[in-house]
Formats: sequence, structure tokens, C-alpha cells
Amino acid sequence: MTRVLAISAGLSQPSTTRLLADRLVTATRGELGDETAVDVVELRDYAHDITDGLLTGFANQHLRPVLDQLHAADGLILVSPTFTASYSGLFKSFIDLVEPGSVQGKPVLLAATGGTERHSLVLEHALRPLLAYLRAQAVPTAVYAASADWGSDADLNQRITRAASELATAVRDQPQHERTDPFTDPVPFEQLLHETTTR
Amino acid sequence: MQFGVFTVGDVTPDPTSGRVPSEGERIRAMVAIAEKAEEVGLDVFATGEHHNPPFVPSSPTTMLGYVAARTERLVLSTSTTLITTNDPVKIAEDFAMLQHLAGGRVDVMMGRGNQGPVYPWFGQDIRQGIPLAIENYHLLHRLWREDVVDWEGKFRTPLQGFTSTPRPLDGVPPFVWHGSIRSPEIAEQAAYYGDGFFHNHIFWPPEHTKRMVELYRQRYEHYGHGRADQAIVGLGGQVFMRPNSQDAVREFRPYFNDAPVYGGGPSLEQFTEQTPLTVGSPQQVIDRTLGFRDYVGDYQRQLFLIDHAGLPLKTVLEQLDILGEEVVPVLRKEFAARKPAHVPEAPTHESLVQAQRGAEGSTA
Repeated sequence: MTRVLAISAGLSQPSTTRLLADRLVTATRGELGDETAVDVVELRDYAHDITDGLLTGFANQHLRPVLDQLHAADGLILVSPTFTASYSGLFKSFIDLVEPGSVQGKPVLLAATGGTERHSLVLEHALRPLLAYLRAQAVPTAVYAASADWGSDADLNQRITRAASELATAVRDQPQHERTDPFTDPVPFEQLLHETTTR
Repeated sequence: MQFGVFTVGDVTPDPTSGRVPSEGERIRAMVAIAEKAEEVGLDVFATGEHHNPPFVPSSPTTMLGYVAARTERLVLSTSTTLITTNDPVKIAEDFAMLQHLAGGRVDVMMGRGNQGPVYPWFGQDIRQGIPLAIENYHLLHRLWREDVVDWEGKFRTPLQGFTSTPRPLDGVPPFVWHGSIRSPEIAEQAAYYGDGFFHNHIFWPPEHTKRMVELYRQRYEHYGHGRADQAIVGLGGQVFMRPNSQDAVREFRPYFNDAPVYGGGPSLEQFTEQTPLTVGSPQQVIDRTLGFRDYVGDYQRQLFLIDHAGLPLKTVLEQLDILGEEVVPVLRKEFAARKPAHVPEAPTHESLVQAQRGAEGSTA
């Protein structure tokens, strides 16, 4: 079964960031079919756990399943509100706890919300470089929704549909990569020693 | 089973009084803790190694040599010796010297260290942490076992016809533990040599400890040193006790809230639930510690952290009294009752000398 995980970093309740995440989820499921399991995680529910994780160096029992789910997902939908010209601090703090290997090569749909469309390039100057650094495979269309877009903007739906279609294609086309577990399949010591001395 | 204490050697203000001990006071406190550990019947004292403030123990064998002269029974160890940034030749020399002075009451725990700038200060690169640990220990292992060593590696200047002196006491090198929280390569390394594996175990949820110890045990058997359940495992632990558990929580909370590592993060209650930290009555510490065996199997060494976060020396010595009088005697009895006969005790100098004589006898 294909698994997609959506992360919403919205803080208010109800949250437009969550609303956008839900729209993207619905569109993605429409593209990938009902066999796709799509979960939405709201980072607000994990805000204290994320801070604790930054301070202690480990994810607690509440947060750990989210990181495991993210690691196992075939595709990601990441949605952040725009705060002070960038993604939110909570969003970045969460990403700081993600093991880099968890998103490497993974198809990702980027999305953001904001009060005005003047912030829409946050997608391109903040979110996309972050995911590029993590070597994720961000799909070309990223979706920005300003407050006014929730009124009469028919383009928002088009952007959502196009982005979801790109994500679905990337998820379908990604090669089956095996993730090796160093604990069940350790590198033999002779090899470690050989690699050290010949490096 | 061996019981003891391990210290980080941090100079931390006492959050209840604001008082900061001088470096000299802290160093003397560490010695007092070691002496008290022997007095109350514990087996091991281990000191950390650090090369930056607020830590004092930069020179572990100097301290352990002094402690050796003031104790008779205590095994002196480290937690950890930096195999990455120390010259393995100097480690070989320092610990062989300590062995002679302490009459063999010495073992050593290898670790990589986690303070980024220490690597460049000693001319190394933190990104090479694992290769440094592997190559340096490989040389150290030879220096203690071969009288004359020719060596060329990637990290250290070559050696031709080098003899590390003094040779290990009775021709038996100190027993070595390898410590790592989450690097499978280090569990693999410990297993390959048939050395001990120590998991720090504090500050982190037990799942990490379980996974690392399981890997070490499997690989120990793979390399033919014995059965998986005969591998030599040590664990850390962190406790604070008072006869009444509410008193323990009340007294320890300000130290917890301001502690390095986890201060400002989870609450004392959350952290106690998520990690092996136990704050309560001696009986609670006994029950929790016996529970470690459920996820690592029968193990050989339990070290407690009792002197960090600015706790005054007087309080630490009281903790040692409680450990010695009420906790460790019960743990010794209960662990012994649970341990199958084929599971060995932690190696000591005497047991290693005996094993070597036995091996020589069988080949003669």
C-alpha cells in the first residue's frame, strides 16, 4: 500500500494551513486512488515534544511514531504558515529532528499559507532550499494560499490539482529502494577496518 | 556483578545556593567520592575525560593513580577515554603504568567524545570519529600484546620497532569496554575483539540501549568469543534517593530543572518515565535497576551517575551511603539469584591472568 504523510505546521484552530493540507490530501488521494493511506499530522499537537527533543537529543514516545511514519512514507506533503518571511519556527524545529536519510530521494509536495500573496515566494526561497539540502525530491509545483485565495480564486484549485498530480506521478515512479538497517545487517568489522586503512 | 559510580566531572553551580565549587574543590570531591565508593563496598570508580570547561578531568590516569594509592580494592576505570583524539601510544603507556601502580585494579572504557571543537584542538576531524576509533584502537590493542610493533596507519605517524613501556602488568592488558549510545560500528568493534560493551543508558530511552546490546551480543557470538548471553555488558544509571520518595523528588527537582543535558526540557516526571533516571526511595531504585535485566539480559557491571548538576559533595556522599547500605547488597543478591551459571562475571586482572595461564598450560 502507498503511504503519504501530510505535515501541517499551522498553529491556530481552526487553521488555514490545515485546511490547505486537507485539500492537498484529498487531491493526492484522488490521483493515487483509495488504496493510498494518507495521514495528516498537526505539529501543534507535538510542539512540547519537539522542544523536548531538541533539548534532550531524543524523540519521546509521543513524537517517535511521527518520525517513524515520516521515514516509512512514500511521499510527503509539507505545509507551513508564513511567519516573519519564512516557514514557522515550529516547522523548522520539527525538520531539525528528522533524520536526513528519512527524506532523501523522497517525493515531497511543498505548500504554505499566509495573510497576503506578497509572501508567496516563501515556497521558493525558504521551503525549497531546505528540502534541496535534505536531498528530497520536491515536485515542481508548490502551492501557496493567501487569505484572499479562499474567496473567489479558482486558480488555487488548479494549483492544488497540478501539484497533487505531480506528487502522485513522483510517488508512482520512484524506484523501490531498500532501506538497510545497520542493526539487523551490520557492516562486518574486517570491512570497517579495511575502509579505515584504505580511505 | 560489579557496582560502581561514574562521574562526568562537571563544575556546575548548585542551583539551590548559587555556589560554584572551584576546580580544585571539584577535583578533591571526585577523589572523596572514589574513596567513599570503596568504603561503602562498591567495586568500581570511573571518571570521564574532557578538555573544555566546565569539566575538570582532562587527565584521568593522574587522578586514578592518586586514587589507587588511597584505596585497596576499588577497580579504577574511565567513562570514557577518548580513543579518537588521544594518541593510542600514550593511552597504551598511561594505562599500563597505572596498572602497575594500582596492582592491576584498572580497566578502561573507550569512547569517541561528543564535544565538536575537541577534535580540531587535538588535530583531528569529527567526521572521522568512527575511523579514528577503529584505527587507533587497533593499534592500541597491538601495542599491549606485541612487544615490538611496526605500524603504519592513516591517522598517526608510523612506528618502526616501537615497544610501548611499561609492558602490561603480568603480560595482561587492562580489560577494555567500548562505550557508545547509538553507533552500531562500536558494538561491532567491541564484539570483534571480545571486549566489553558499555551503554551509557542515561539521558535516553531504553530502546536504544536494548538495540545496541542485542547487536553486540549477536556479533560477540558470531566472532566466536562465547554465546550471546555470555558477552560482557555494562550499563549506566542515574539515581537520587531519600528514605521517603517524596523527599527525594522535592530535593532533586531544582537540580534536575537546571541540569546540563536535559534542563529546561521535559519535566522530572516525564524524564523519569522516558529514561532510566530514578528519583525516589531505595526500594524504587532496586526495583528499577533489576528491571534493566529484562531488556539487556544478565549483565556484568552497573555504574551510577550521582554527582552531577551541582549536587553538593555532602549530598553525594549520603547517596553513596544509601547505595552501599541499602541498595547494592540487595541488588547483588537478587542479580546473583537470577544469573545462570554459564554467564561470566566481569573480567578482572586476576581472572584475566588466570585465563592466560590456563591458555598457556593447554598449549604447552
